[in-house]
Amino acid sequence: MSKSDSYEDIVKTRREENFAEFQDEHHGIMHRFQHTLHVTPALVPLIVLVLSIVIFGALLGSRFFSPFALTLILQQVQIVGIVAAAQSLIILTAGIDLSVGAITVISSVIMGQMTFRYGIPPAISVVIGLAFGTLCGALNGLLISRMKLPPFIVTLGTWQIILATNYLYSRNETIRAQDIEANAPLLQFMGTKFQLGGAVFTFGVVFMIVLMLLMAWVLRHTAWGRHVYAVGDDPEAAQLSGVNVKATIMSVYMIAGLICAFAGWALIGRLGSVSPTSAYEANIESITAVVIGGISLFGGRGSILGALFGALIVGVFTLGLRLLGADAQWTYFFIGVLIIAAVAVDQWIRKVSA
Amino acid sequence: MTTPILSAKNLVKRYGRVTALDHCDFELMPGEIMAVIGDNGAGKSTLIKALSGAVVPEEGEVYLDGKRVNFTAPTDARDAGIETVYQTLAMSPALSIADNMFMGREIRKPGLMGKVFRQLDRKAMEDFARQKLSDLGLMTIQNINQAVETLSGGQRQGVAVARAAAFGSKVIILDEPTAALGVKESRRVLELIQDVRDRGIPIILISHNMPHVFELADRVHIHRLGRRLCVIKPQDYSMSDAVAFMTGAKEPEQQDA
Repeated sequence: MSKSDSYEDIVKTRREENFAEFQDEHHGIMHRFQHTLHVTPALVPLIVLVLSIVIFGALLGSRFFSPFALTLILQQVQIVGIVAAAQSLIILTAGIDLSVGAITVISSVIMGQMTFRYGIPPAISVVIGLAFGTLCGALNGLLISRMKLPPFIVTLGTWQIILATNYLYSRNETIRAQDIEANAPLLQFMGTKFQLGGAVFTFGVVFMIVLMLLMAWVLRHTAWGRHVYAVGDDPEAAQLSGVNVKATIMSVYMIAGLICAFAGWALIGRLGSVSPTSAYEANIESITAVVIGGISLFGGRGSILGALFGALIVGVFTLGLRLLGADAQWTYFFIGVLIIAAVAVDQWIRKVSA
Repeated sequence: MTTPILSAKNLVKRYGRVTALDHCDFELMPGEIMAVIGDNGAGKSTLIKALSGAVVPEEGEVYLDGKRVNFTAPTDARDAGIETVYQTLAMSPALSIADNMFMGREIRKPGLMGKVFRQLDRKAMEDFARQKLSDLGLMTIQNINQAVETLSGGQRQGVAVARAAAFGSKVIILDEPTAALGVKESRRVLELIQDVRDRGIPIILISHNMPHVFELADRVHIHRLGRRLCVIKPQDYSMSDAVAFMTGAKEPEQQDA
């Protein structure tokens, strides 16, 4: 090597050896706070949830701060909460699913119609409904993972298709609650109530909480869960590190479809009846819960428990403002503020300065 | 002469009308650092991707240890013991160091929790990751669960090299490992590469940085117009000769390595 080539010799001998040290350095309280939030993203919505319960509790006293009222919130958010679990999975892969509400309602309609139009035993009808929801998810997954169409467009299309199919197939008929109660009580199973002290729970609420905890565990402690995050973070990198990106996306949409079908079952329990015009707003409401819950719309970041907190925050505001006698529009007003604040906080957390 | 550990014959790959690999040959001997240099668009990346399974060549054969192999995915090459550190590093920034090291080859817990519930053995993975990083002197890691995005460029490269060194039993491919790094960080990574070679694992090094290539490589594969132009020994030629070969300003006399 000629002399002119050895310009790097100086750093071979004279350099500081601290290049690859991994030290947790913290500069001040804000930085530490930011780091904590970065590591546990569900913390922000949890703080907001606790604060909003405390504030409404202070304003309303025991009317709000009672086991009955607080568990009423759980019952009111159960459908959105279950659907939000499905939406979280999809948003973690940097996708979005606008068809979740439609899948929910068509699954409930199929469970009802199978029983009442064809006389199939309710247990089998429920299984058929769950299978149909999974199938709808599989259709989304196929179009997104194999045909590489953008999730927004695919689910915008399937939302309309599934919803239209729902109205055509059900002939826009509602199955009355009394009929279900008399002939197929299993369909209302998720609505079964039980009491603990003054608190009233339904199996649907229990299902929502168990589902959230289960998914949180799966996402954190299984290879599949880590792959969901990796695919949402950087699909190229995930592919090169040996993750089967297509299969992961496919499985996410199928599981989301299945969860929505369970939400459809819970919907029968909540309403008592099977109505083809219900739950159509669950898509926007679930996205709201997920965003307020601090899951990044860009994928790969956030905790599914955040979505549960997000759904509960919406429930607390809805009930709290109604008990305060405020116009219902104030609820939407504050939800709008919360959505924007949540995304702003997300951006701030992602700014990880060295 | 010993048999090459990894070799390729007559590889062809076209992208539409562009021929990225034009009947290209390649040979890597055991225990050596083979640098691959070439002008932009000469087909270096495609050659590397063909060897690492990220691209499936239309024609030609790849041999590992003298046996014919057919890689259709990066995981195939990995299972065969070929690890690649891509220029983009192929890491998920939001996930931890340990998560990234084990991406796609996670360790499950033994017994019921692992088999039925498929629970990951986090402790084993973290211990292994910590061990491998300290083997390569990338230590004082206090938090192996730190997100990769909180690391500097050199640290990320270090983690990526450590991942390759930990799992690559046959060959390690490094694509532009120093391109994005400062001078000091580059030096550290170059030392890492030599450490890995000293453990007996042969390395394919793709680089634009001639001083780095001439310092590290045992032999240099010069790639031009989608094929191997020649293989030279760095002590026989100057850097300007190498640049002249790869740009076509000068023709090599003979295949001499």
